[in-house]
Amino acid sequence: MTLKRTAPLVLLTVAAMSMTACAQSERDSGGTGSGGTSSTKDTFTFGAAGAPKLFDPLYATDGETFRVTRQIHSGLLGVKPGTADIQPELAESWTPSDDGLSWTFKLRQGVKFSDGTPFNAEAVCYNMQRMFEQKGAGQQAAEYWTYFFGSFSDKPADSLYKSCEAKDENTAVIDITRSTSSFPTILSLDSFSMQSPTALKAGDANNVQAQGEGFTYPAYSKAPVGIGPYKLDKYDEANKTVTLVANDAYYGDKPKTAKLVFKIIPDESTRRQELQAGSIDGYDLPNPVDWKGLEDAGNKVLVRPAFNILYMGLNPEKNPKLKDLRVRQAIAYALNRDQMVKTQLPEGATVASQFMPETVSGYNKDLKPYPYDPAKAKSLLAAAGATGMTLQFAFPTEVSRPYMPDPQKIHAAFVKDLEAAGFKVDVVSKPWNGGYLDGVSNGQFDAWLLGWTGDYNAADNFLGTFFSNLEQNDFHTKVLPFGKTLSEDLKKADAIVDEGQRDAAYQKINQQIAEEYLPGVPISHSPPALVISGKVTGLVASPLTAETFDGVSVGK
Amino acid sequence: MARFIIRRILQMVGVVFILSLLVFLWLRSLPGGTVSAILGERATPATRAALSQAFGLDQPVWVQYLKFLQRAAQGEFGVSTGVLPGTDAFDVFLSRLPATVELSVAALVIAVVLAIPLGYVSAKRANSPLDSGLVIVSLIGVAVPVFFLAFLLKYQLSVEHHLFPVSGRQDNLGCTRVTNFFVLDGLLTRELDCSASALKHLVLPSVALATIPFAVIYRITRASVLEVLGEDYVRTAESKGLTARVVRGRHVMRNALLPVVTTIGLQTGGLLAGAVLTERVFGFGGIGDALAVAFERRDYAVLQVLILAAAGIYVIINLLVDISYAVIDPRVRTR
Repeated sequence: MTLKRTAPLVLLTVAAMSMTACAQSERDSGGTGSGGTSSTKDTFTFGAAGAPKLFDPLYATDGETFRVTRQIHSGLLGVKPGTADIQPELAESWTPSDDGLSWTFKLRQGVKFSDGTPFNAEAVCYNMQRMFEQKGAGQQAAEYWTYFFGSFSDKPADSLYKSCEAKDENTAVIDITRSTSSFPTILSLDSFSMQSPTALKAGDANNVQAQGEGFTYPAYSKAPVGIGPYKLDKYDEANKTVTLVANDAYYGDKPKTAKLVFKIIPDESTRRQELQAGSIDGYDLPNPVDWKGLEDAGNKVLVRPAFNILYMGLNPEKNPKLKDLRVRQAIAYALNRDQMVKTQLPEGATVASQFMPETVSGYNKDLKPYPYDPAKAKSLLAAAGATGMTLQFAFPTEVSRPYMPDPQKIHAAFVKDLEAAGFKVDVVSKPWNGGYLDGVSNGQFDAWLLGWTGDYNAADNFLGTFFSNLEQNDFHTKVLPFGKTLSEDLKKADAIVDEGQRDAAYQKINQQIAEEYLPGVPISHSPPALVISGKVTGLVASPLTAETFDGVSVGK
Repeated sequence: MARFIIRRILQMVGVVFILSLLVFLWLRSLPGGTVSAILGERATPATRAALSQAFGLDQPVWVQYLKFLQRAAQGEFGVSTGVLPGTDAFDVFLSRLPATVELSVAALVIAVVLAIPLGYVSAKRANSPLDSGLVIVSLIGVAVPVFFLAFLLKYQLSVEHHLFPVSGRQDNLGCTRVTNFFVLDGLLTRELDCSASALKHLVLPSVALATIPFAVIYRITRASVLEVLGEDYVRTAESKGLTARVVRGRHVMRNALLPVVTTIGLQTGGLLAGAVLTERVFGFGGIGDALAVAFERRDYAVLQVLILAAAGIYVIINLLVDISYAVIDPRVRTR
């Protein structure tokens, strides 16, 4: 075992060198000249917290995946940059029939997918049917379709989608089974993007199989073809980098940078250091604690309008004392939400008066949050005969959400408030994905902290999510006297076609929830931020966290 | 010799088999799970149940385990749900292994190349200021936690002074992948800038990871050489008038290296644990990085494969150490 024993290593290296003759370099030489001028770089590099799971947005469920697919796909409807409002994208206009069950979409003309396939009404219907006709494991994988459209072609009765017809080259008619405020707004969601029928067929796109404890996905999910300013160039799994390049077939303006790179860096402090070192140009959700430091170092912190809600959920089925409205109101008066928002949430956060942010249509401007009034909380509790009652109150660990940067600190402040008002608090904590979410949906906690970030601008996306399903909702409203009424009112409001009337109906429901029902306590709206280097311009922050990067320039 | 190896291999299979049962049960006893990791806030009892059923997670654990064994016997280890969804878990392991091996080999080379000569020099000049200094350095090397040192190196040399990259394995140069050993791939395809970039990314993590094995190997070498230097046969060799080189090579080092080889073997196993932490700090996409992501997202298939593979590697290294013993020391063979 002298040093001569290292000979094999040397030999191996020599062998490797001699093999270079066989291994061909597949690299193209350098970047293309398009995008980027003499004063700007031709690449924008974004630090992502996680890897995209696949590139077919129909089977995507998480923000990191959508962040990438959003750059390479478009939907019939788009979202106006910087807002939560819809705007035309691949469809120039959409007109409902009088009963709101049939929608006529006039399509943008002369549009092609990145593989050259023409985009027309037939392509629209092919896409709609493809999503509707998912089978087997594909149905579980198409999570967003299930969530927003209800079901698939094997159970047409439960599905919002009914059929699609190509009237002519540029006119598609989509029929739905019931009138809802969500349609056609939901067509702006990334999951329902239009993809190339040619490529979908060639890549066997629907071939999702359950195997062992997971799903296997078809070739198409690694080689997407859409309509977007960028197209996928390479997902280098070994180096955890996704590279997109400008799509020459795109109908709109050329992207400002020819290349868009996502560098996957799971650790937040590492993302911050990469930005400091200049190896990335921006990243998402910087910790509010770091905002000032980041700005002092010459970066820009872009604060998005808050499109979320943090609430304290209550479960009257688990703890029957919570069936008494006075007890629930006592909790609302007991919580010093003003102070919590001031001390713990980023600048721009507000106390919530209802279960949705003010940018959502149907928001009731006249409602005021319950004021902080410990004396009133005490007297309400006494009136209900529940002074000294035990409230089991849970918070999640190992997580930070846009609406809840530091769950433990928020929880601790509220525990103090509740104890001061005469509650005995039994503190429970569980890891976010280690029993907390399960615990909430299985009704294991009396009270808990949770929130929601909206998908699109519709009251139903907030209120409907929380209270529409009477039999199964986290608040267990089925054991409360108003539960059935609330669920029915929400469904009725959602079906109103006229926007003005619909808003009025929702405003009334918001008032009832705040004043008469109080199934839980709305806490706050918190603006999530992203951070970019001082050299980056043209990035518009989106309340839906749905930024597109084609307008972004990076100075040298 | 052959019998000895066969017996050890059978033991190895037994150990991995029992471990597979333990890992399987442990993972499924953890609160939370694959389904809530995938669904997040959107989970409703209905979607949860449907997904559990699709993944076969609604069946009793022993049924799941039997199915797992049945599949494993056919070389199927399940499909990733969190790290690289849709990819075979074993392929995930194979695709991530090169990064960890590259890092561990670099660290081990640094450790061994420095530790053995320094250990020898220390022993030759025992109790000199140089020796004392080296001993103190090695003590510090053992005492400082790997990730702390990794963090310190990264902050000082990358963030503050831009001497090295902050994280990752390579700049985004569009390199061609052959084996996923980035340094080697660059040589194979003659994309030398790729190799250079990969080496540059390797420096800090491998230095951070090398400290503990360096310290341990150095101490063992020093002690072992000290002991051998006092032996009669060394004195005999010297008095026979053999050159210093022959004495050092054939008499001192050959005997002194026995315990050192054992230590190197054991340290290699320990490197895996250190690599997990180091990879996390440097975002180095290897086994450690995949383990962390798989755990966060409760990616059962990948966790099972990674833990069992790590155990397997550890056991194999132990076996290799024993065999190398037999090669170096003929007396072992006859036992």
